[in-house]
Amino acid sequence: MGHHTEVQAKTKAQYEYDRHHNAVHMKKQVVNFAIMIFLTFLAFAVVVADFSPYLIKPFILLLAGIQVVLQLYSFMHMDDKNGHHIGVISTYVWSGAMIIFPVFLAFVTVVWW
Amino acid sequence: MSSVAVSKKKGFGAVLWDYLTTVDHKKLGVMYLFAGVLFFAIAGFEALLMRIQLMVPNNDFISAGLFNELLTMHGTTMLFLAATPLLFGFMNAIVPLQIGARDVAFPFLNSLGFWLFFLGAIFMHLSFFMGGAPDAGWTSYASLSLYSPGHGIDFYVLGLQISGAGTLISGINFIVTIITMRAPGMTFMRMPLFTWTTLISSSLILFAFPPLTVGLFFMLVDRMFGANFFDHTMGGNTIIWEHLFWIFGHPEVYILVLPAFGLFSEIIPVFARKRLFGYSSMVFATILIGFLGFMVWAHHMFTVGMGPTANAIFAIATMAIAVPTGMKVFNWILTIWGGSIKVTVPMLYALGFIPSFVAGGVTGVMMATAPLDYQLHDSYFIVAHFHYVIVGGIVTAIFGSMHYYWPIMFNRTLSEKLGVLTFWVFFIGFHLTFFLQHFLGLMGMPRRVFTFQADQGWDLFNYISSIGAIMMAVGVVLLVINVLLSIKTPPVNRRDYWGDGRSLEWSIQLPVPFYNFKQTPLVRGFDPCWLEKQEGNKEMMTYAEPLGDIHMPNNSILPLIMSIGLFIAAFGALYHPDGVSWSVPVIVIGLGITVLAMITRSVKDDHGFHVHVEEVIATEERLYGKGGNK
Repeated sequence: MGHHTEVQAKTKAQYEYDRHHNAVHMKKQVVNFAIMIFLTFLAFAVVVADFSPYLIKPFILLLAGIQVVLQLYSFMHMDDKNGHHIGVISTYVWSGAMIIFPVFLAFVTVVWW
Repeated sequence: MSSVAVSKKKGFGAVLWDYLTTVDHKKLGVMYLFAGVLFFAIAGFEALLMRIQLMVPNNDFISAGLFNELLTMHGTTMLFLAATPLLFGFMNAIVPLQIGARDVAFPFLNSLGFWLFFLGAIFMHLSFFMGGAPDAGWTSYASLSLYSPGHGIDFYVLGLQISGAGTLISGINFIVTIITMRAPGMTFMRMPLFTWTTLISSSLILFAFPPLTVGLFFMLVDRMFGANFFDHTMGGNTIIWEHLFWIFGHPEVYILVLPAFGLFSEIIPVFARKRLFGYSSMVFATILIGFLGFMVWAHHMFTVGMGPTANAIFAIATMAIAVPTGMKVFNWILTIWGGSIKVTVPMLYALGFIPSFVAGGVTGVMMATAPLDYQLHDSYFIVAHFHYVIVGGIVTAIFGSMHYYWPIMFNRTLSEKLGVLTFWVFFIGFHLTFFLQHFLGLMGMPRRVFTFQADQGWDLFNYISSIGAIMMAVGVVLLVINVLLSIKTPPVNRRDYWGDGRSLEWSIQLPVPFYNFKQTPLVRGFDPCWLEKQEGNKEMMTYAEPLGDIHMPNNSILPLIMSIGLFIAAFGALYHPDGVSWSVPVIVIGLGITVLAMITRSVKDDHGFHVHVEEVIATEERLYGKGGNK
């Protein structure tokens, strides 16, 4: 609310450009969504197929890592390098990771019982 | 809509409606302040009852069960429902003015955050009248709380869930506001310290409240729907609650104390009449405290039996926090050093804060020593420690800032004379209450006991401690009287009330118009108000834009309706384990109200409204007389 806001009619070219841009973006999102569903399916599949726990555990953890990255970059707009305040957003995401990693590390090494 | 701020003759109904629907950060700040004072008074009264009970040995003033309820509600209320909203009150009222914004980034969410907090708080307090308050301590450890009879713990879980959502929403709102709404020229390293600490503390809220939400949710389904997350006989683990609670709980104390540090970093340079010493190191220390705050949660659990490795690591991490905190203390002292000091009431609180808080910090480092903590754990030493940091750090900041910011918030002033008296009564009472509790702890008095046997050497110290508590209560009553008397004081109606204001909020002519700045200011350096004054600028502000239409948000009743929906649903969830037939319908109706309000909000576009130039000029003339703000 701090600054003057103006409503401007879009030009035809701008409209077409936005339309195309949105269509490309939408396609990317649908593809990523399909990949994520597929990865989830894989996670269930290895459990149902009754593989050794020594395969299942690292495999599911790996899939979880991939899912996080996909989530952040595809749906949370981390891939949008020219977005508003993308530097601040990255800082927050990485701060969050830096905060939660020692917690995770402490739990698996020294704390849990 | 645009005449809201300067309405002189409005009926009670219209004023009430205005406050129920407002999205103005200044009004929400005032609402947070008064709600906070209300719960502060309630929790203070609970503390007084406990101290009367402990005044003499073998006292039967209140029963053991009621004592447990009082100590639980005292802790929970003070942290979640008093300190948090009081600090949010100052953040709301001051931060947008400090960064040159006309409102927060999400005014609607700001209102929603307040109403969620307020109705969650009311819900929790209804427990006193509906079969007993929560009684498992503010930490509500699962091994105790899962087996607490009645609905007390359910009130705690549901009430905190609702008010916690409000706090999270407000925290996100402040992060976005501070990052995106700064006036031209207000770079990060020109932001006043209170804005910086608000940003960091809001970030801590963002990262710390989700673990609490998860923990509360586990507790909710354990108690109300028969899950077994914390029940060790069913394969659960009761320690998980402690971890989740303290992963939230330790950052929570920094969430509260960082804004307090920020407030003192505003007060001290103004009354030492010197630039804040070591600004960049203050910013760095704030960030570092925020970061380290997440690495130390297990120091609350040394005696749980995590093993020497974990205890040693968390002990050292905890002691490391003393370094950035020490930087801050030295910076404050060096700001005062050589300054031309004016000992006003806010400065008096600041001067009282430094030694009190350092004392609390020193006992903190003592307790961080894991072997010593085995002796101190669950004793009155702990009680003394955290009251030294919370009362000595946060409450002094709140009282001092009430005096400091009262002119901006209300265009009235609090009495200095009465303020000095309040300070001494409260400050002496505070040390009398808690200093001796260190020794009670060392003598072996456990915390959270409702009475004790005579002739263990505890009688005198407990008696003196209770006298101190009564003095603190008198101090609070004096402050309330001061607030009431301020209604009769003449309006301030000028800029820079204290005469030595440094940051942007002091450049604004009082009373603050509802759009804050008729033109967005241009910030030309650190301490913009001071800078402009040094250059002889009578308006104390350089403008970044010509006078134009101002875009403002519309008021809305929807936040209140959404919160009421959750409030109703919470009653359904609360009585669900009793097997009553109406519990599920009530949950559905309550959530339905909330969802309907959310749909209404989403479907109906609300672009706000424009205040046109003529209206701005008319408003300025109404507020400041002929010629407007010149």
